[in-house]
Amino acid sequence: MASETLIEVNDLNFSYPTRAILNGINMSMRRGQVIAVMGGSGSGKTTLLRLISGAIQPTSGYVKFAGEVVHELDRDALFKLRRKMGMLFQFGALFTDLSVFDNVAFQMREHTNLPESMIRDLVLMKLHAVGLRGGHQLMPNELSGGMARRVALARSIALDPMLIMYDEPFTGLDPISLSVIGNLIRRLTDSLGMTSIVVTHDVHESLKIVDYVYFIADGVIAAEGTPKEVRESIAPFVHQFIHGEEDGPVPFHYPAQAYRKDLNLEDIVA
Amino acid sequence: MQRTTMDLWVGVFVITGIIALMILSLKVGNLNVYNPAQSYVITGNFENIGGLKIRAPVKSAGVVVGRVTNIQFSTETYDAVVSMSMDGQFEFPKDTFASILTSGLLGEQYIGLAAGGDEAKLKEGDKIMKTNSAMVLEELIGRFLFNKAAEDDSF
Amino acid sequence: MLKQIISGIQNIGHRAIESVWRLGVASRFFILVLLKSGTSLRRFDLVIRELYFTGVLSLIIIVVSGLFVGMVLGLQGYETLQKYGSESAVGTLVALSLVRELGPVVAALLFASRAGSAITAEIGLMKATEQLAAMGMMAVDPIARVVAPRFWAGVISMPFLAAMFSVMGVFGGYLVTVLFIGVDEGSYWSQMQSAVDFRFDILNGFIKSCFFGVAVTAIAVFEGYDAPPTAEGVSGATTRTVVTSSLVILGLDFILTAFMFRGVS
Repeated sequence: MASETLIEVNDLNFSYPTRAILNGINMSMRRGQVIAVMGGSGSGKTTLLRLISGAIQPTSGYVKFAGEVVHELDRDALFKLRRKMGMLFQFGALFTDLSVFDNVAFQMREHTNLPESMIRDLVLMKLHAVGLRGGHQLMPNELSGGMARRVALARSIALDPMLIMYDEPFTGLDPISLSVIGNLIRRLTDSLGMTSIVVTHDVHESLKIVDYVYFIADGVIAAEGTPKEVRESIAPFVHQFIHGEEDGPVPFHYPAQAYRKDLNLEDIVA
Repeated sequence: MQRTTMDLWVGVFVITGIIALMILSLKVGNLNVYNPAQSYVITGNFENIGGLKIRAPVKSAGVVVGRVTNIQFSTETYDAVVSMSMDGQFEFPKDTFASILTSGLLGEQYIGLAAGGDEAKLKEGDKIMKTNSAMVLEELIGRFLFNKAAEDDSF
Repeated sequence: MLKQIISGIQNIGHRAIESVWRLGVASRFFILVLLKSGTSLRRFDLVIRELYFTGVLSLIIIVVSGLFVGMVLGLQGYETLQKYGSESAVGTLVALSLVRELGPVVAALLFASRAGSAITAEIGLMKATEQLAAMGMMAVDPIARVVAPRFWAGVISMPFLAAMFSVMGVFGGYLVTVLFIGVDEGSYWSQMQSAVDFRFDILNGFIKSCFFGVAVTAIAVFEGYDAPPTAEGVSGATTRTVVTSSLVILGLDFILTAFMFRGVS
């Protein structure tokens, strides 16, 4: 059971008319795993999530989720499939006109015919799991960034999905909230038996909690491995990324002509 | 915002809206006097309708009893055929007299009905036989001058 | 020189293609909203919620403006009509202008700037903060759940607001001419009643306001849904909602008037 493959990404390509984003990505994710997808800004991590959820169509290749090829599904089947997925957006994306309680109850009310008393119990259980049972009557604008993300997490596990995708869950959080969210991701994944994909560039927090890491650079997988392998890796890109070095395979300077030439100093003799 | 207060306000809104529509229909538009649902149409031929317009009122004893719905020119009799939609609750004898009158000196023109003594009543599609044309100012002056000249001649 | 002319013509062509394309996108979106209205009509509490925001919250501005427009009409109408000694016709003037034109048109213009811009800003912000995307990820169609209820609430509240505007205007005219100036109360109402026809004036005004309601809310929800997900994008879309719907209201008013009152006094 634990080794069952939930998501299979096979030779996935995606490109906009003017620009290629992903070039032949291969991944395999098993149930019960927390997987980190890392890479510099603009390397196509978020695009990968959108491809997995079927929001956009790949140029070639496919994503298989629970045995079904995502981009071949029609709208109804895709919506059915999405009930098995949850997604945590960068800043939570809570519905600002609904209270915390109603946010978490949203999917239950839309997709099930459960009686209101049962919805209430379920919502309080989900909120308890993220430690915010006491704040169920608050409105989203009364929450701090970390709390909003915890509510969004409770909302995405409302219907017990098989997969949760996190789009930069650690951005803009203080160290305490950061480790709270990190531990929640690990704990919920283990207790609910689901799979988590964490897109992030927060190396230290994510290496603490994940089972497997993919590095994406320039649309291809530059490196992959368990956190231990990654930490000890001597591949120059991984080394630069993990230790946050300024210059390396990812250059500090945007490609340009020679500095002296740009400043019209060429013909001046030093 | 509590659900119930919101529902209450929306209810107030809808009721006010319906009341406003009813005021417009009844008080401003005077819907109760003229109900097209139960009406009958009669026609009348006039030699000259003057400035009579479609939707002009049809009055009897000063009370609006109907409206002009159509004005056409007849090439058989070379006069105007005026259709009037009459309120169903008012019935008029067959020999009713219809004339085109003016309310005030510069007011709008309307059709005035003066009931006759016939036992039979006007029904849908009937025609008023006795009509009197609109006063046209030029004709009025012309007649006055003609009479004056005739009077002068008699001396 | 020739190059400049050619590029100028190209510019015009580009804009023409762009606007036709956008009109097409908008029409497709409009049809999509209509097709997905099933949910909001089945779950009418969603529409009631939006009726509060579009209808109830527009009440104050509609009622106050209606009152003042009617008072000004009464005052100006009296000034002019008394020169001809027919100040008793002031009721007719006030009622006909309001019921036929000013009620539907001014109420729709106010509605576009009060409720239309709010709808655009709300949907645009929901898009910018990824709430619509989050809804899609939860297998809930944002057009059915967010756009359609707002659309129907706008369509329902517009005729009511226009009627309230007209009634307040007639009352405002009554206040000024009958109570302040002293026109005879009986002739104010009776002249009005004999001149205003239910079918031609009131029903046509009602139909006009229904058209305006559809136009304004359709533009508002489209601009909101289509807004670029940034602060400038949303503010630009809000401005476009007010400008476009005002122009559409006036243009549509001309077309409808030409159809409705052609051949009638």
